[in-house]
Amino acid sequence: MEPVAIVGVGMTEIRRERKADGYPDLVYEASRAALDDAGMTIDQVDNVVTISNDFFDGRTISSMAIQDACGSYDKNVSTVEGDGTFGAFYGLMRILSGSFGTTLVCAHHKGSESVMPLITNAMFDPIYARSLGIDAVTSSALQARAYMDRFGVTEEQCALVSVKNHGNAFANPVAQLPLELTVEKVMSSPYIADPIKLLDCCPISDGASAVILASEKRAKKITKKPVWVKGVAHCSTSYHLGDRNLYCVCALREASKKAYGMAGIGDPAKDIDLVELYDAFTYMELMWLEGLGFCERGEGGKLTESGKTARGGELPVNASGGCLSGNPVLVAGLNRIIECALQVRGNAGEHQVDGVKTALAHGINGPCGQSHCVWVLGGEK
Amino acid sequence: MGRRVAITGVGMTHQRSARPDVNGQELINEAVRMALDDAGMTRKDIDAVVIGNMDHFEGINYVDTWSVDGSGALMKPIMKLTTGGTTGTTVAMGAYYHVASGLFDRVLAIGWEKNSESDTTGAITTAFDPFWDRPIFAGAVAGLAMEATAYMAATGATEEDAAYVAVRERKHGLNNPYAHLHINMTIDDVMKSPYLSWPVKMGDMCPRTDGACALVFVSEDVADDFPQKPAWILGVADRHLWAYTSDPYMDVKTGKAWFPALEKASAEVFKKVGITDPLEQFDVAELYLPYSFAGLRYIESMGFCDRGGAPELTRAGAFDMGGKCPVNPSGGVMSSNAIGATGLIRVAECTWQIQGRADERQVPDVKLALATGFGGCYWSDVLILGKEKPGKARG
Repeated sequence: MEPVAIVGVGMTEIRRERKADGYPDLVYEASRAALDDAGMTIDQVDNVVTISNDFFDGRTISSMAIQDACGSYDKNVSTVEGDGTFGAFYGLMRILSGSFGTTLVCAHHKGSESVMPLITNAMFDPIYARSLGIDAVTSSALQARAYMDRFGVTEEQCALVSVKNHGNAFANPVAQLPLELTVEKVMSSPYIADPIKLLDCCPISDGASAVILASEKRAKKITKKPVWVKGVAHCSTSYHLGDRNLYCVCALREASKKAYGMAGIGDPAKDIDLVELYDAFTYMELMWLEGLGFCERGEGGKLTESGKTARGGELPVNASGGCLSGNPVLVAGLNRIIECALQVRGNAGEHQVDGVKTALAHGINGPCGQSHCVWVLGGEK
Repeated sequence: MGRRVAITGVGMTHQRSARPDVNGQELINEAVRMALDDAGMTRKDIDAVVIGNMDHFEGINYVDTWSVDGSGALMKPIMKLTTGGTTGTTVAMGAYYHVASGLFDRVLAIGWEKNSESDTTGAITTAFDPFWDRPIFAGAVAGLAMEATAYMAATGATEEDAAYVAVRERKHGLNNPYAHLHINMTIDDVMKSPYLSWPVKMGDMCPRTDGACALVFVSEDVADDFPQKPAWILGVADRHLWAYTSDPYMDVKTGKAWFPALEKASAEVFKKVGITDPLEQFDVAELYLPYSFAGLRYIESMGFCDRGGAPELTRAGAFDMGGKCPVNPSGGVMSSNAIGATGLIRVAECTWQIQGRADERQVPDVKLALATGFGGCYWSDVLILGKEKPGKARG
């Protein structure tokens, strides 16, 4: 893969409800911030990839409403419907094709205007599954239970993720939900769907973000601190929950294997300095760490207990506070990329981790992490 | 630096008003199996999948992950692209960029729609702004009627001129076993059909269709390894300019800003490929013409003739089979419109024409073919396909 870099990033603050702003306003705010970060004008953006979802927006062709806001007028533009990590991947390919020197990628989400159980229920088979009332939370509960039963992972170990990530959020002004928690507090929060409790869940959020990608030639002119895309890949497993071993992480393993191959990562635990992954629920952080190869299967809980994944640990995971501290869906994956880019640049402010040379960002699509996208980013080409 | 990309496998379902015998995944699978067979491949040979449709028609969220049983993307990368009516061409362009990027050699592009399970007009209405547009505006027909009215006022074109296009498309469709409508219409039939929104009549409009289409895109590195001759992508471009119903600027006095998205997108790709006289240079065109007036206005916007010149040129038969540049030998969108598949079917038909495999609807000796997608708020995607491998990758 020819070198492509992240040269500009922008995030809105993630909040429970951005009542005064429609989603185009959020997109404008994020795109404007990314352009300012890169020191670019919209004329220097060669093409645009927007990320949206008709269900969350309650609109057919949901990308239509943001064409003004993202500055795509008179540019080639396309829309990915899925997590931000997937949208950014398309933006990357459009540069690699040689057709464009720069791509602006933007994503938005207004959870405050969505009915999440209904919308996530619509992910499932309309005849066999939807009538059960299954949604993102209840399906994840099935997965959490399958994972915990298979490997003996405990609710307390999951709770540690909540304590850590909500704690990390205090240092991140963008985060929605900094909370001072203890394992006991998480354990005594009410069950939403056994074994998932309130404090195991990400919140409902509003937010938008934008990333500007550039070819090597253009990146060098734009910024002194390009963050290079070292490797990226995605992969999907089966659709019906009954067709899957829900504790399996095969699609994530496949995606990370490919991304590591591209990036020349032999041992991720040694070669990667920081991880931002999609922790919509606490158990996911443990499972995805295992799928990414940072520890053996079933060892995610112990890894967390050891303190290694804390912000001051050997392998900080979600130093930003993660999705648990703010989860504008779709935006969430793009924010993982942005947080990694900021860390590599040394611009992460109060939640900066020392010496981040190589970072990993991760996003998911579909129920129970059916589809995973893995990015490896670094300061060196 | 960018690889050249070709299409080597084509699959599509027979387009029908309703396919109650299959669900969405099964409908997709019919097209996918046909495309893979055509390319002499199995599911295992595919490196990545790009899929598209319009969510609110079938009411399925996360169609990429939902599709896996039908699309064959199990343990593969799959990505969903969606841009409304342009979705099919957007998916084709997505597959093009996947391969051109150098990351994937063999990519499956899938467009589909099951309109029989949808409230099409209801779903399209929600595309528009809930405060400013929706209360005064319903579905696709009203917007098209607005365009038709502006076009007639600017050029003096008549409803009969448009009816000629509707008749031509349906006549062409008679030669296409995959087409949904097989009806032999006269201008009189179109004129006597009921008004949907003046001046657009039932006979002027596309149908609602169930259907799927799948294409195999491959890199120049492997393009010679397939049973069918490759159809090369020479260039792609799009413009999605407008966000509100009130954005379209149709100055009937000056004819300014005729259809800027189509003008800009086609100008960009024509320049890349070296098209200066589309009427002379293209051997065939598969255009996303959702209704009859589009057959006049859109070819003017792309420079096939001067503004206002389309009715005369059309009636002279320039775009009929046997004419200078036959438009929509397949019968086009006015004969079949499974919306998410429709743009991809335009690209599929161009591929068959270039490969000489279009049977009864084959145009002789096709070297250069034009495909377009229409959608959103007067959005345009434009692709040019050719028989000869391009000198270099041109995007």
